Amino acid sequence: MTLFRGVAALLLLSLALVLQVSLFPHLAWRGVVPNLALLVVVGAALVRGPQTGAMLGFLAGVLVDLAPPADHVAGRWALALVVVGFLAGRLRQETRPSASAVLLAVAAASFLGSSVFALSGLVLQDPVVPVAEMMQVILIAVVWDVLLTPLVLPPVMALFRRLEPARVAWT
Amino acid sequence: MALDRRQRREKRWKGTSRLDEGDRPSRSVVVALLLGCATLITLDHQGGDDSLVEPARRVVGEAFGPVEEVTAAAVRPFSSVPSYLRSKGSLADDNEALERENAALRAEVRTSDYDRNRLREYDELTRTAARLDHTLLPARVIGHGSAQSFSQTITIDAGTDAGVHTDMAVVNSDGLVGRVVRATRTTATVVLILDPASVVGGRLGHSMEVGFLRGRGNLSGTGRLDLALVDGTVIANEGDTVVTWGSEDGAPYVAGIPIGRVAAIFSSPRETSRRAVIEPFVDFTSLDLVGVVVPAGTEADRGLIRAEGEDR
Repeated sequence: MTLFRGVAALLLLSLALVLQVSLFPHLAWRGVVPNLALLVVVGAALVRGPQTGAMLGFLAGVLVDLAPPADHVAGRWALALVVVGFLAGRLRQETRPSASAVLLAVAAASFLGSSVFALSGLVLQDPVVPVAEMMQVILIAVVWDVLLTPLVLPPVMALFRRLEPARVAWT
Repeated sequence: MALDRRQRREKRWKGTSRLDEGDRPSRSVVVALLLGCATLITLDHQGGDDSLVEPARRVVGEAFGPVEEVTAAAVRPFSSVPSYLRSKGSLADDNEALERENAALRAEVRTSDYDRNRLREYDELTRTAARLDHTLLPARVIGHGSAQSFSQTITIDAGTDAGVHTDMAVVNSDGLVGRVVRATRTTATVVLILDPASVVGGRLGHSMEVGFLRGRGNLSGTGRLDLALVDGTVIANEGDTVVTWGSEDGAPYVAGIPIGRVAAIFSSPRETSRRAVIEPFVDFTSLDLVGVVVPAGTEADRGLIRAEGEDR
């Protein structure tokens, strides 16, 4: 069961990554594309909680870091998405996922994820990009992610709800 | 009614908290994952080009390369649809295309300066001829890195099977595109000259002065490059053409590939060299067919474009 869930999550993340790399650049605005991997991680975390969120975030981040066009220091997206997955998972305990709550969570997660990635770049001096440009990219990315949320989050959340382990305790 | 709803909500809350119990040991897992990230970053950051992460990159690249290739092939017909549908602005587009062609022709005239200067240097002549007799391996762009990663990279559908290796120059019909940094069997990762980490040796076609071109990222809509001339007394003129000056053995860049034209010039008293802003000839937003500069006599899995044959 766990293996099946892991494989399903891996397939979903791979699909998100491939679309992000090969389809969305045709629609990109100033080179910024929606961060589908992050959307999948947030969707899973909102349904399944911080542990799954963090683990899935790590998996997604490592894939984004290693899959072909990436040339930055590996582990940077992994770090960003672990943080995002964990915190989005924590959110789930307090809010029930109404549409506006999900949109807010995605906006916050997108801002946080891109910011952690950008900050790790500043610390490692990986790309030498001015902070103003970083902010611009991060904000465009937030807009993109929020726009794509109504299309991506409902199926992802439904899928992870379906994949939930059968609960034994029916008290 | 209200009571009913409240009961339902309580039930839901109870349900959630029961779920949480299964998700308890999350803190140690998260700490482990964060440490994993830190390890990965350290390995890749310290290791440089031969870090332990490179084999993992290659494995993931081998797996994702073919998938990206298929996706890009499926998307290509749709991505070209807008150009069919454009009818209202087609005249304006024609005009723009003609202007671009005009500019390209003018740039060609300017590169002839460069060629003439080259010819004058007799001992360089034979070497130049040998260098410019390069062979192009056609390839298509199948993936773009996102701007969120703050680096400008693309994936092309030619890899080591086609004879592509690291440090090969990539061009298209307009000029220099970038260089290969990593190759799997079927794909290769190309860093564009717009990337902030990319440095290309450039030469003004008009005065033969050399300098270094650095990418400025692709954020201002159209990408720009900074050219810092080595000789601070030389003044670049707006409109001058910049070509590659070439490296030893033609790797990564062969000499004489057009890069762009000078769009603006800055000089500050603090800097010892003058900085010129270069507008690249290549339109990086619509990259599709590119050519990898491979040594003559490369064995490839596809047809090569040779210097003497009919090309493009």
